[in-house]
Amino acid sequence: MEVASPRFKARAAHKLADPALQKALTRVKIKFVPARAQAAADFGDFEALREAGRAIRDRALADLDLWLERFEREATARGAVVHWARDAAEANAIVLAIARENGVRKAAKSKSMVSEECALNDALEGAGIEVIETDLGEYILQLNHEPPSHIVAPVIHKNKEEIADLFEEKHHRPRQTGIAELCREAREILRPHFLSADMGISGANFVVAETGSTVILTNEGNGRLVTTLPRIHVAITGIEKVVPTLEDLSVLLRLLPRSATGQTITNYVSVNTGTRGEGESDGPQQFHIILLDNGRTRVLHSELREMLACIRCGACMNHCPVYQAVGGHAYGWVYPGPMGAILTPLYVGLENALDLPHAATLCGQCSAVCPVKIPLPDLMRKLREQQVERRLRPAAERRGLKLWAWVARHPRLYALGTRLAVRYLRWLADETGRIRVLGLAPEWTSGRDFPAPEPRTFRERWQAGERPGAQPGARP
Amino acid sequence: MNARELILGRVCAALNRDAAADAAARRGVDAHLDARAVGPQPAVTDDLVETFMQCAAALSSTVERVASADEVPARVAAWLQAHGLPAQAVGWTGPAALDWAAAGIALEVRPPRADDLAGITGAFCAIADTGTLMLLSGADTPAAASLLPETHVAVVPRARLVAHMEDAWRLLRAEAGRLPRAVNFVSGPSRTADIEQTVTLGAHGPYRVHVVLVG
Ligand code: SF4
Repeated sequence: MEVASPRFKARAAHKLADPALQKALTRVKIKFVPARAQAAADFGDFEALREAGRAIRDRALADLDLWLERFEREATARGAVVHWARDAAEANAIVLAIARENGVRKAAKSKSMVSEECALNDALEGAGIEVIETDLGEYILQLNHEPPSHIVAPVIHKNKEEIADLFEEKHHRPRQTGIAELCREAREILRPHFLSADMGISGANFVVAETGSTVILTNEGNGRLVTTLPRIHVAITGIEKVVPTLEDLSVLLRLLPRSATGQTITNYVSVNTGTRGEGESDGPQQFHIILLDNGRTRVLHSELREMLACIRCGACMNHCPVYQAVGGHAYGWVYPGPMGAILTPLYVGLENALDLPHAATLCGQCSAVCPVKIPLPDLMRKLREQQVERRLRPAAERRGLKLWAWVARHPRLYALGTRLAVRYLRWLADETGRIRVLGLAPEWTSGRDFPAPEPRTFRERWQAGERPGAQPGARP
Repeated sequence: MNARELILGRVCAALNRDAAADAAARRGVDAHLDARAVGPQPAVTDDLVETFMQCAAALSSTVERVASADEVPARVAAWLQAHGLPAQAVGWTGPAALDWAAAGIALEVRPPRADDLAGITGAFCAIADTGTLMLLSGADTPAAASLLPETHVAVVPRARLVAHMEDAWRLLRAEAGRLPRAVNFVSGPSRTADIEQTVTLGAHGPYRVHVVLVG
C-alpha cells in the first residue's frame, strides 16, 4: 500500500473538517469503549489475564526462532507448505507463483492486514487474477477503491447511505436502505464467488507452534468459507504471530475479542491444520503458509521489540483521542491509531512518517487497555528521541530547541526571557483570559485555545518573598 | 542464502543467545510444550448446562434440552416448523442414525451443497464458558454442513459439555491424538457489525444456530 504518512498533518486537518466522518467516529466512543470496559469487568481478574497474555507473547518473542522452526516442522508434517518472505514483494511473488502453477483465475480473500501491508490485491490483479474481498467491510472498500480505516472495523468511516449508494451503483439492483437488507445483498453477491474461487487467501491471527496450525477469528463466516471451499488455501501472516501451545492460544482468544469489541469470543474461531484428509469432502488440497518478515526482525533487534507482542485488537485506537478525532485514513498506511503510530515508522522508515510518533497526547489510555500491556506512549517517546538523534526533526524546531537550551544555561537571560514571554502571552489573550491565536505559531491554535499564564513568573514571585501557604487565600 | 535462512538468521542475531543460552532455550521450549500450563479462566458455576444455555443464548443461539436421543427428531421437526423452515436437511453420519423420517424430516447424508437449507450436525463437544460448539472436520463430519446452509442444528449429548476451551483441547488430545484439518469453534449464527457498528445476524454463514442438548 502507498505510504501517505508524511502528509499526516494535512490529512488530519481535512478529516477534522469532515462532518460525516466526525459523526461516524462517535461510534468508536459509543460502541467499542463501553463494550470493552464491560467485558473486562465481567471477566473478573482481567489484569491477571492481561499479564498472562503478555507473558505468552514475551515467551514467543524471546525464542522466536525456535518456535518458528517448531511451527514449520509440525505444519509441514501435516502437508502444509511453509514459505518465508523477506518483504512484501517476495510474499506477493510467492502467491503469484502458486497461482500460476495451479492455473488460478479467481481468489476469494478474508480480511488480512498483512496482505494490505503487501498490497497483495494489486499484485494479483496486475497478473490478471480476479480478487474478491469477502469480509463485508473490506468488500465495500474494494468496491470503492479505498483502504481500511480501522483494523477491526475497516469501514467505520462510512454510513449506510453511502454504502447503499455504492451497492446500487455497482450491483445494479434496486437501492436497499436497511442495514440487514444491505448485508443480505452482499451475501447473495459474494456467495457464488466463494463457490467458484480457485484460491482462498486468509491472514492468521495466530499460528500455533505445537500443532502447526493457523488460527483465524471471524464473525461473518467468510474466513471459514475461504479456508474450506477453494482447492488451494494461502495463509499469509507475520513471523511474530506464533504462539507456543493451544493453552496459550486459549488465553489470547479470551483477550482479543474482549479488547476489540467486548465479545467473549468471536462467532467463529477456525484452527486449520494441514490439507484435506482422507475421505473428506471439503477442505483445501493445498495449504500454503507464508511467514513474512518485512521489517519485523529489525524491530526484534531494536529497543522497540515489545511492539511485536501486538495481537491487533484495535483497542488502542478505539481509546485514542487522536484516532477518535481524525480516524484511520489520516495515518496514511495500513495500521492506524497508537499501534500504527509506532508500526508505520518502524516498517516504512522513520523519515517517511515523521508526524506519527507525535500524533498522540501521551495520555496513556492506549497502554491502559492494551491486552498485552504494550507501553505505547513510551515507545512513541523512543521514536521521538530517535528522530532527534537522527536529526530528522525540522530545522526550525532544532534551531529553536538549541536556542532554548542556550538560554536555559544562562539564568539571567532565562529570567528576562520568561518575564517577557509571560507579558507577551498575556497581551495576546482576549478578555476571558484565553489565547485564541498564537502570534508566532498560529497553526498551534487553529483547532484549540489555551489559557494565558499568571502575570508574574515563579522566580519573580519567589524573589518577592512569596512562599507556599504563606499567604492563604491571597491571589498574586 | 534463501529467505528462510536469512530470516531465521536475523532472528538469531536479534536474540543474541550464546551456546549455553541456546541450549537452555531449547530445553525451555520442550518443557513449555510438555507442561501445557493453563492460564486464567473465567469462573463458571457447577451447573454447566445452565451456564452453557445462558452463554449460548447471549450469542443468539437457541438451545433446548431433551431427555433422550429418541426425542430429538420430533423436537427438531417442531422447531423447524415453528420457524417456517422446510423439513429438509443435509446431515452428518452421527445424527443420521436417529429416525428422522419418522418425524417427517428428509435428512440426506452427503457432501453439503450451496442450496442446502439446513445442516444437522453433532459436535465434538460444547464449551459452557462461551456457549460454543467445537466441530471437527472429517470424512463423516464435513465442515461445510455447519457453514453453507442458512440453518444449523447441532445435537450434543450432555456428557460432552465441558467448562472451558482448555478442557476441550484435553479431550481432543486424549481421543483423537492430533488435530483434524479443521477445528471450528462456533458461537452462534454468523454476524457482521461492519455497517455502522450495528449487529446483523446472518452474514456469510448460518442465520440461526439451534443446539439440542441430550440427557
Ligand atoms: S497495541 Fe495493544 S491495544 Fe493496540 S492493537 Fe496491538 S494489542 Fe491491541
